[in-house]
This record gives sequence, C-alpha cells and structure tokens, in this order.
Amino acid sequence: MSDWSKIPGYVSTTEAYGETTVVVERDRVSDACAHARDELGFNVLIDVVATDYLHWGGQGVSGYIGTAGGRDLNLPMTQGLQALPNVKPARFSLSYHLLALRQGAPRLRLQCWLEDGDPVESIVPVWPAADWLEREQYDLMGIRFTGHPNLARLLMEDDWEGHPLRKDYPIGGEPVRFSPAE
Amino acid sequence: MSTTLQHVGRARRWPIVGDPIYEGSRIPSRVPTVMDVPAALRETDDILQVNFGPNHPSTHGVLRLIVDLDGEDVVGLSAVIGYLHTGFEKNMEQKTWWKAITYPERIDYVGYQNNELVFVLAIEKLLELEVPEKATWTRMLLCELNRIHSHLVFLGTSALELGAISMFWYCFRERETILDLFELVAGQRMHTRYFQAGGIAEDIPGGFFPEARKFVERMPVALEEYLTLLDRNQIWLERTQGIGQLSAADAVALAQSGPVLRASGVDWDLRRDAPYLAYDQVDFRVPVYTGGDVYDRYRVRMDEMAESTKIARQCIDRLERMEGEPWIADDRKVVLPPREELHTSMESLIHHFKIVTEGYRVPAGEVYVAIESPRGESGCYVVSDGGPKPWRVHFRAPSFAALQATATCSKGALIADLIAIVGSLDAVMGDTDR
Repeated sequence: MSDWSKIPGYVSTTEAYGETTVVVERDRVSDACAHARDELGFNVLIDVVATDYLHWGGQGVSGYIGTAGGRDLNLPMTQGLQALPNVKPARFSLSYHLLALRQGAPRLRLQCWLEDGDPVESIVPVWPAADWLEREQYDLMGIRFTGHPNLARLLMEDDWEGHPLRKDYPIGGEPVRFSPAE
Repeated sequence: MSTTLQHVGRARRWPIVGDPIYEGSRIPSRVPTVMDVPAALRETDDILQVNFGPNHPSTHGVLRLIVDLDGEDVVGLSAVIGYLHTGFEKNMEQKTWWKAITYPERIDYVGYQNNELVFVLAIEKLLELEVPEKATWTRMLLCELNRIHSHLVFLGTSALELGAISMFWYCFRERETILDLFELVAGQRMHTRYFQAGGIAEDIPGGFFPEARKFVERMPVALEEYLTLLDRNQIWLERTQGIGQLSAADAVALAQSGPVLRASGVDWDLRRDAPYLAYDQVDFRVPVYTGGDVYDRYRVRMDEMAESTKIARQCIDRLERMEGEPWIADDRKVVLPPREELHTSMESLIHHFKIVTEGYRVPAGEVYVAIESPRGESGCYVVSDGGPKPWRVHFRAPSFAALQATATCSKGALIADLIAIVGSLDAVMGDTDR
C-alpha cells in the first residue's frame, strides 16, 4: 500500500470496489501525474474522462436499496425508500486512469473537481497519449486544458456549438435545417 | 488444470519498468499525434498535401489522414477522426442498464463480444453480483472465438490491401464458421447481446459443442495454410518487415495496448497479468515480438489465434462437463425470471415487468473495468447514481489509442506503406469515434 498523501496537491483517498481514487487539487494535476509516473511507477495513462454531475441526486432515487449483502424483495421496509447520492464537491469530476506495467497490474484513479470554465493544466508534457484524450474531453465536456498544444475539437465538427456530453445539453438538440418556416 | 504463466522463447521480463523515465520528447512534435513537416522542406514547393481518406478502402471505415508528401516520402501526417462519432456514451445515459448492454457491441463492431463483456463486468462489479461458473466459462469461450474472428478480419483485410487477395477468402471462410457458431449459440451472427448482468441469456444448446470442437480442430490447420500463403510470400515480407516501427518506450508513452504493444517488445497481457473471468485457470502463452514493425504485429496476431484456439478447446472441455449447471445468477432483482414461471407465478410476472420496463437499479458508485479485447485494453468507466440508468459511461477504446500512434509509426514511410501501417494498427473506427 502506497502512501498516497505524498502526491502533490493531495486531498483525499477513497477505496471502493477494489479501486483507489486519489483526489488532488485542480491546479496540481500535472505535478500529481508526474509524481505518479516518476515516483510511483504508474507508467501508462490509460484514460482521461470527465463526468458532469449537474443535477446529481436532484431527482432522488426511490426503490430497492442495494447493499453488499444483496437485496431481498421480501424484506420489509426496503421499498419506497429514498436514497440520495452523496453531494459532489463540484460540477465536474476529471479522472485520470493510470496503470503500472508491473506485477499485479496496479491501477490508480487521480481525480480533480472543477466548476464550469475552470482551467486544468494539460498533461501532454507528462504523457503524449493525453493529446487526443484531453481533446475529446474538451470537445464533449467542455473542460479547458491550459498548455495543450492543439486544443481543437476531435470528434464533433469544428464549428459545433456546445459540448454534447454535458447534462444540460438537450437531447435531440440538433437544430433542424430547412424547416418549413424558412 | 494447472496455472502456467509461460512466455514465448525468452525469460519473463517487464521491459519498461526500471528503464530511465521516458520524456515524451521521443515523439518529435509539438503535437504528439502529428508528424510535422521539417522546417527545411516547409519553404519549398515540393510538398504535396494529400487527403488519404476519409473514404479510402484501406482506412477500415472513415479515417482521414492529411499527408504531406515529398515525392513518395511521407514527411508530414496528421490523423483526423470523428467521422463515425455516433454519441454512444450519451445514448447509453438515456437507456436503462438492461437496454444499454446492446450499445457496447456496436462500438467495436468487430470485437463485439469482448466489448459487451466489459460493460457487463462493470455492471456486475457495481452490483457485486456473483456469476455462475458455467457463465464465466461460456463467456471466455465466446470471447476467444471473437478474438479469432477479429484477428481473421484483420489478417484478411490487411493482406487484401497489400494485394494478397486470396488471403481474404481463406480468412473469411474460417470467419464464417465462427459466425455460424455464434448463430448456433446466441441466434445472432454478430452483436449477439448474449451476455446479461449475472450470466448469459440462454443455456448453450446441445448441438453447439460438436460444431465448436470441429472448429478448434480445424483452426490450427487453417493457420498453417495462412502461414504458407503469407510467410513465404516475398512481396508480403518486403512490404511489412521494418515498416511502421514503434519502439517500446514510444508505445508505452502513447498508451498502446494489445498486439501493438506486444509487437513492440512489451510483455503485457491483461488476461495473464490482471486475470478476469477464469483466465488464471487456463493454459496459454502470451506471444511477444520485439521488432515493433508491421510484420511483428501480424505475427503476434497469428500466434494469438493459435493461443485463443487452445483456450477455446479448454473451455469446451470444461463446459461439456457442466451440463445442467445454472448459467445465470439467481438474483431476481437483476435477472429475468425463467420464462415458464411467468405462467404460474405472479411474483415472477411482476419481476419480469419491473426489470423490462423500469430496469434494475445499480448502487451508486464509480468503477473502471478493463479487459484484453482483440485490439488491446478495452476499458469501461461507469458512474451510477443508484438509479435504473447509468449516469455516465465512458469507453477506453484501444483503437483510439492505436491511431494516436499513426504519426510516430509513419516516420520515414512511403505513401504506400501507410496502407500497411494503418492496417497493422487494426483500428476499428466505430471504436475510435464511439
């Protein structure tokens, strides 16, 4: 077990489902990644993924509450309960999935939290593989990476408006061209 | 069955660990995925910029390469992707977990069974659901058949693109047999939607095993035929050996995985190094080659087909002894009740109705699951808010990673080599663009 608190900008550690999530400060992400690569031996950047938690828990979740012990329909008082997920620190989470090519294939999720418009330092200087991964998150989630050599849209068209994977992006929101009104 | 972790030809090693830390500057460009035209050439009139794709037969879909040519030499290159972006991740957020299982198969439409597996494993990890042994071995069997299928498509098409047309027919002959097997077991030739959270949708029909056994007996013979056709073919050798080289350090820096990584001399396979399903209980080797060129990527896939056949044979042996065992978990909150119970049990009818209409609920949390798909590490990051629909689904696409290396692989290549290089990275554009 590593001492995660030595990671620059360390905030907290969560162990869940056999996975380690280390939350770091947003402006120390690049340092944290370099530390994970050089000191902890996580030599592959597997993935960069952002999640939009807008309206998280807003609708509430009713129904059967699953626990590690399983769930039993016939158990009294398990129906109709409200389970509100934990409040998140900010709107977006940005996770870096790291892998170490060594015995046991240890993995680490470095995570930072940010609000809409907050810049994050690009980690392309640490791992070249971050190039397209960051462009994809910029394109679909609107995360702005500072210092990225070419932060252009990757999957959507160059002149696309908005960031489709955000929760406030309307479904079917593509404008209809050549409508009868024209 | 003994657990063996063997290795082809050499002692087990982890080539990258212990090396001086790479800087990333080995990829000599401001933008790592782009090959820049050298400054001396930039001012001359000799550079011709060509669009290679997006509609070129050898781009396996809709990959566009913007190539700067000096005569026949490729001096600049940048890959443009996104032409097949269909918003799978956004779509899956609108579907219940149960319905979303159909989507991953269509993301990587050649390695469909493996992609389905990774999503189902992610759901099961969040549900902490125990899967019966028979389902695990069936999944392993189908995933290995799918791996052979995927490598056959690679082999057939990339040989076809280099002019060895007959390879295509031979490869698709064996591929046809695999698709027939899938039809036999799941009712669909591709995109089976056979894996469910908790197990598999139906038991394997009785007539499947004799046919599958015929196939695993046939496959080694077929592989010999392919080797005879290609490995002594001077044109094939000259067009693949030494072409599209990728060093081990560059491969790791660019997050390559699967056959591309193993052809560059990195001994890494998630099936052996982070076993999922029951891969720790089968005997197989991980082929590793050190050349890092197109030829070695082809050899890695050829060897993998032989190893997958071995695994498939062990799965069949095991599954034949599991006659009558349960194939899906007995958790009525997640798993559909048996069809015959619907006529007699009100409780089952309610469960069936609730699962189909409302969907089952998955506890809140975030997980990342990775498997070794035919193309490399296929990963699935899933966030649940405790409701019947995924909050966020993201796929780590091995093709996406592979195509990032196009520029680095193409250093010093000729325009004709690009076809071999893109083919050898074996990218599926549906996987790349999602």
